[in-house]
Amino acid sequence: MTQSQDAPLLEVKDLRVEISTKAGSFFPVNGHSFSVRSGETLGIVGESGSGKSMTAMSLVRLLPKHAARITQGSIKLNGRELLSLSEAEMRKVRGSEIAMILQDPQTSLNPAFTAGQQISEALRLHSPGPRSTLRARAIDALRKVKVAAPEHRVDNYPSELSGGMRQRVVGAIAISCEPKIIIADEPTTSLDVTVQAQYLRLLSELQQETGMGIIFITHDFGIVANLCHKIVVMYFGRIVESGTVERIFARPAHPYTEALIGAVPKLRGHKGRLRTIEGQPPIPTEPLSGCPFAPRCEKADNRCFNELPPTVDADGDGEHLASCWRVLEQ
Amino acid sequence: MAETSPNAPIAPTFWSKASDLPLIPIGLLLIVFIIPAFFAQWIAPHDPYVPNLGARLQPPVFFGGTWEYALGTDRLGRDILSRILHGAWYVLAVSMIGIAVGVVVGTTLGLVAGYARGWFDGLVMRLVDISLALPAMLLALALAAAIGASFLSVVVVVGFALWAYFARQVRAEVLLLRNSDFVARSQVAGASHVRILFRHILPNVTNTVVVLATLQVGIAIMLDASLSFLGIGIPRPTPTWGLLVSDGRDFIATDWWISFFPGLAILLTVMSANMLGDWLRERLDPRQRQI
Amino acid sequence: MLLYLTRRIASSLFALLVISVIVFLLSHLSGSPVDALLPDDATQEQVDSFIREWGLDKPLWQQYLTFLGNALQGDFGTSLKWPGEDAMGFVLDRMPATLKLGGLAILISVVIALPLGIAAAVYKGSPIDSLAQVFALLGQSMPNFWLGIILIWVFSVWLGWLPTSGTGTFAHSILPAIAIAWFQVSALARLTRSSMLEVLDAEYIKLARVKGVSETQVIWKHALRNAAVVPLTYFGILAASILTGSVVIETVFSWPGMGWVAIEAIRGRDFPVVQAVIIAYAVIYMLSNLVVDLLYVVVDPRIRHG
Repeated sequence: MTQSQDAPLLEVKDLRVEISTKAGSFFPVNGHSFSVRSGETLGIVGESGSGKSMTAMSLVRLLPKHAARITQGSIKLNGRELLSLSEAEMRKVRGSEIAMILQDPQTSLNPAFTAGQQISEALRLHSPGPRSTLRARAIDALRKVKVAAPEHRVDNYPSELSGGMRQRVVGAIAISCEPKIIIADEPTTSLDVTVQAQYLRLLSELQQETGMGIIFITHDFGIVANLCHKIVVMYFGRIVESGTVERIFARPAHPYTEALIGAVPKLRGHKGRLRTIEGQPPIPTEPLSGCPFAPRCEKADNRCFNELPPTVDADGDGEHLASCWRVLEQ
Repeated sequence: MAETSPNAPIAPTFWSKASDLPLIPIGLLLIVFIIPAFFAQWIAPHDPYVPNLGARLQPPVFFGGTWEYALGTDRLGRDILSRILHGAWYVLAVSMIGIAVGVVVGTTLGLVAGYARGWFDGLVMRLVDISLALPAMLLALALAAAIGASFLSVVVVVGFALWAYFARQVRAEVLLLRNSDFVARSQVAGASHVRILFRHILPNVTNTVVVLATLQVGIAIMLDASLSFLGIGIPRPTPTWGLLVSDGRDFIATDWWISFFPGLAILLTVMSANMLGDWLRERLDPRQRQI
Repeated sequence: MLLYLTRRIASSLFALLVISVIVFLLSHLSGSPVDALLPDDATQEQVDSFIREWGLDKPLWQQYLTFLGNALQGDFGTSLKWPGEDAMGFVLDRMPATLKLGGLAILISVVIALPLGIAAAVYKGSPIDSLAQVFALLGQSMPNFWLGIILIWVFSVWLGWLPTSGTGTFAHSILPAIAIAWFQVSALARLTRSSMLEVLDAEYIKLARVKGVSETQVIWKHALRNAAVVPLTYFGILAASILTGSVVIETVFSWPGMGWVAIEAIRGRDFPVVQAVIIAYAVIYMLSNLVVDLLYVVVDPRIRHG
């Protein structure tokens, strides 16, 4: 390895995705920059519709055909620019170097194939081998995600597995090729709380074993606090705040982040009552001047409505950035 | 007012979206089918039945013929256009009455089966299965062989071919409706079963029935045409469209127009009816897929 | 799974029973079955023996049992139009011709409709999609007998490529098979398109792409396997339409199959043959539905294990 330990595994710079619709075009991902190191977990947090999932899909270049495209920026994996790869080269990256865990375990497994077939398909594509070893490796992957009796489960169809079990199979598919990065897009929203907790613990254990980087996409600040090292808060296609988990929880700089944290019940050090954020994000295709959060912001003033705030260093050490006029005033 | 509230939203959504009426199919349907059906005796240029041996096998206009016989004449010198125009009435009558039979029988059975459940429901559903499993053509063959083909036998066959679709769909909707609040309220209020079925449930399935019926127009016309083509529809000399196509069958090599234009009339009518049905389905009942 | 199949078989047999009742009753609708089932010039002696054989002097339900018993042995009496021919035997002789035509029609429908429907779904909104839609609309609105005649006009009379009618070579079967398949192509393509569109939206398709599966494999392996279930359910209806179609199209092309026999028998008021044809059609139809049920089990593991 020529790269130092500190060099980021994944580095995203100034990424922008454009969606064109009949009503006009807009940017669901607008100027994103962030990085993930080996063994690190990055949380991308925001309400639904803030562009989180679009960010995730743009990292593996699987945006909806025709409608959306990446118009600028750079995505570097281990120093290699992903945006300049051909589609065939990109396919080799998907699943093997960057794996993904999708939202809904009920529907993200193909009902027509067994768990084993679906795990070994990924293996076959990225590191071919004879049928018998593929099966053994599929069982191995199931064992790693702590599926009981993996030799039997491997031949089960999704309809024969419980929701939590399916989620583990999805996890097994993701880790089977030993990826460097796993992107988990709200992987636990449809599971009950206990299963959720088990699953998240499993993910961090796997991370400690393999040193992979995890990008965790969620709307739930409660999960972020336990799991992530760094946080990126998204609102309306923009990153409004980013920094380490400790800093952001201790001193949220953006009112939106503050509101999201306030929406989490029973969080340590926060005794306020459970709040929800009033109002709706703006309509993306309509022209907007000023801060997109201003209409919902309790602290907004005239300038917030008229000028887009710059991204500023909130704590003065480059570890905590925020886009808010209030930060500048402090 | 409270009584009509469950179906209140239907009407406004329909009419507010009706501004984009599909003019082409409606126009075609009027020109090819409906106007001829009702006004053939005034607009047809010639008598559809009386042979005119002096004008045998006139080709259509633009193909060596004249405007006098715009679509040509058959072997007996009868005007094809006039025969198509007069035939429209029978096609319309058979398909409409046949569909009406299917609607009345199917809807009634579906309503009662879905509401009453129990053995009656079981029986109706078995009959639906069998009816759907039995190609209507077989019944048509059997009827034609047993009692001979007639207007009545064709109507029976069309009704038989369609009723099960209505019964199945209506029953499915009733099953959903019978557990809804407004039915429970009526039951508590002491309304009779008949009243609940026809005043409360029936209005809520009308949309489904209307959409389904429109979609069946094409099927009914096609079935009628096939039967008359085979000679087991309305008997001669009635110039139903299928029969007209059949008349020219053996002369396609030389006198193509005898078969061509009646078939074109069927094609245009069925196509417009299908387009209209699809349009209605999207407006009235977006849940319902191909049936 | 066994339970499922047993239920399907039982309901098929029940349907056949109902059909046999209908067919039986119809022979009584026209008045005396003696008139319907015996030639007009039958002697008194023949009439008497016929009445004894079929139990026509007994109550209706006993007559039906006799009819059913004979029918189970394949005995539907003797043809009136083709003297000396056993009614069912005559029909069975014609069956291969019909099955050949029907099989070819199914093949044509699937080979054209599946790729067309898939292409329309994958390239939704493209010219291919619009073309498929127009094709579907035309296909569902065109009377098949008329199409048959037009096909003869164009390909036999005008271009001289294919024979106009009759049987013998493979070339004879092409036009009638196309005429039968036409309607099915549009219906099947439409169904394939809509079910494919639904499947392509599914999360597991996204997961397959995320795994690095190529687009070709995503469509033909992951999507089609699931999307095929819906068109497959349509195969039952397909079989019915093809049987119905064969009656009409065999008449157009003078193809000597069961459909042609049926129409000729009706014209000749040959009720024994009509009865035999109807029952034979119904049996073919039920069997093809059972095959569909089996295919269904193969394609959809949820049924296999449910």
